[in-house]
Amino acid sequence: MSIKKSPIIENLRKIQMIELLSKEKRLDGRSLTDFRPITIKVGVIQKSNGSAEVSIGNTKVVAGVKVETGTPFPDTPNQGLLVVNAEFLPFSSALIEPGPPDEDAIEVSRVVDRGIRESQMIDLNALVIEPGKLVYCVFVDISILNMDGNIFDAAFLSAVSALLTTSFEKKVVKEDGNIAVQICKLPTRCIPISVTSIIIGDSILVDPTEEEESVQDSRLTLTFNDYGYLCAGQKGGSMGMSREQLFKIVDISKAKAEELRIFVKKVIENAQV
Amino acid sequence: MGKLIDENGIRLDGRRWDELRPIKIEIGVIKNADGSAYIEFGRNKIIAAVYGPREAHPKHLALPDRAIVRCRYHMAPFSTEERKSPQPSRREIEISLVLRRAMESAIFLEEYPRSIIDVFVEVLQSDGGSRCASITAVSAALADSGISMRDLIVGCAVGKIDGQIVLDLSDHEDKEGEGDMPVAYMPNLDKIVLLQFDGIFSEEEFKKAIDLAILGNKKVYEILKRALIEKYFGTVDEK
Repeated sequence: MSIKKSPIIENLRKIQMIELLSKEKRLDGRSLTDFRPITIKVGVIQKSNGSAEVSIGNTKVVAGVKVETGTPFPDTPNQGLLVVNAEFLPFSSALIEPGPPDEDAIEVSRVVDRGIRESQMIDLNALVIEPGKLVYCVFVDISILNMDGNIFDAAFLSAVSALLTTSFEKKVVKEDGNIAVQICKLPTRCIPISVTSIIIGDSILVDPTEEEESVQDSRLTLTFNDYGYLCAGQKGGSMGMSREQLFKIVDISKAKAEELRIFVKKVIENAQV
Repeated sequence: MGKLIDENGIRLDGRRWDELRPIKIEIGVIKNADGSAYIEFGRNKIIAAVYGPREAHPKHLALPDRAIVRCRYHMAPFSTEERKSPQPSRREIEISLVLRRAMESAIFLEEYPRSIIDVFVEVLQSDGGSRCASITAVSAALADSGISMRDLIVGCAVGKIDGQIVLDLSDHEDKEGEGDMPVAYMPNLDKIVLLQFDGIFSEEEFKKAIDLAILGNKKVYEILKRALIEKYFGTVDEK
C-alpha cells in the first residue's frame, strides 16, 4: 500500500483526475466535500463489550472493545489503560499479505489512539480499581475488512461507535465487604470525530477513495472534539502542503465533523432504544 | 500540574515563548556513509546517515521511474530516562514513516530510477521534539551526500503550555503541557512536509501554532545553512 508499483497507469490516472477535478467533479459523481454513504451497525459482536461495523462506500471495518483488568503504568497509577490496535485483514485488498502489522496499520492505530486519547473521550480516571495496582484496560481492536480508501475515518468511526456502546462488568465493594458485580456503561465524555482529506493538484477532496488516494499529493486527518476544537492530526502523503491549503482543510473538516457527529449521535440513540 | 511559564513569561529552562533551545549541527560525522550529520537540539543528540542512491536490494523493491526511500528511525536503549528496549516500537515505526514521507517531498526521486536511498537515524539521547531534530539532521545528511533536492527540510515543534502557544517544547513541557505539534517545513518552497499534533487547540490557536512553527523553522534553517556553508567553504562570511 505504501509504495505504488504501477507508475505509468498512476500518472495517466492522475492527469485524468486533475482534469475532472478542475470542473469540481469526482469519478464517482460526488462533490469535493461529500462523504460517501456511511452505515454504522453497533453491537455486531456479542462476545465483545462493545462493537461496531462501519462502511464508508466500499470501505468496511469492524471494531470490537474488550474491557479487562490489568496493572496501570507506573507514571499514571490513577488511570485506566487504553490500547488501540488496527489490522488490515489479508482479504481486505489484493495488495495485502498476512503478517504482523506493517507501518500503515501501525499508523492507523496510532492516529485513532491519539484522537480518542487527546479528546479525553474516555474518563480513564474512573477506571481505577486500586490505585497503582489494578485498573480496567480498554482494548480497541480494529479489523479492516475491505479497503477502498479513507481507512482512517472508517477506523475512527468504528472505534468511537464501539466505545459509545461499551458496557462492562464492574466490581463494586459492598458495605458488608463482599464484592458485587454490576454492569456499567463505559464512562465517556464526548464524541470525537476524525475527517480525512487529500490534496490532488489544487483541489481538496474529503473522504478519498482508494483510487483517489493512489494519486494523492498529500493527506491530512484531523480530529475534533464536541466543541469544534482540534485534538489530534496527522499529515500523510509525499508532497508538502501550503499554510493556506492547511487552513482551508481545517475549515472544511470542522464543518464535516459536526455533520458526522450528529449522525453518530442518532445511530447510538436508536441503538439504545 | 506545575506552572511552566512564570509571571515574567519565562519558561522553566529560561526561554521566552518564541525561543528555540540551543542547536548545534555538524556535517559529515560518519566517514563510511555517503552523507551524514549530527545534531544537538536542546538535549537531543542525533546522528543521521545516508547510503545511496544504490542498487535496490531486494531487487523487487525497485521502481522503474524513481528511487525509493527507506528510513529507519531508532532510539538507542540508553537514550531515555528508563532503558528502552532495542526492538523498534510502534512509535519508532510511525516516526520512520513520517520522516520518509517528508524526505520524499524534497528529493528529486525521478533522477534516480531503480535505486534505493537508505536513511538511518539514531537517537543517542532524546529530548522533546526528537522527530523535528531528526528531519533537520536527515536533510543535512542528504545535502552532504549530494542527492538532488528541491529544498532543505527543517523541523521544529510548537506546543501549548499553560494555555499559551510556545515554540520548541522541551521534554518536560511536552509531558506536562496541553499540546504538542511537530512541524517540518521546506523554507524556500514554503511547504509543510510533516505535521502531527495532539492536544486541544482551538482553530485560532491552531493557526497561531502553525505560523509560529514556520517562524521557528526559518530560524532553524539559518542554523542549518550556516553549518553547511562552514563545512564546504570553511568559514561563514560575516557581512
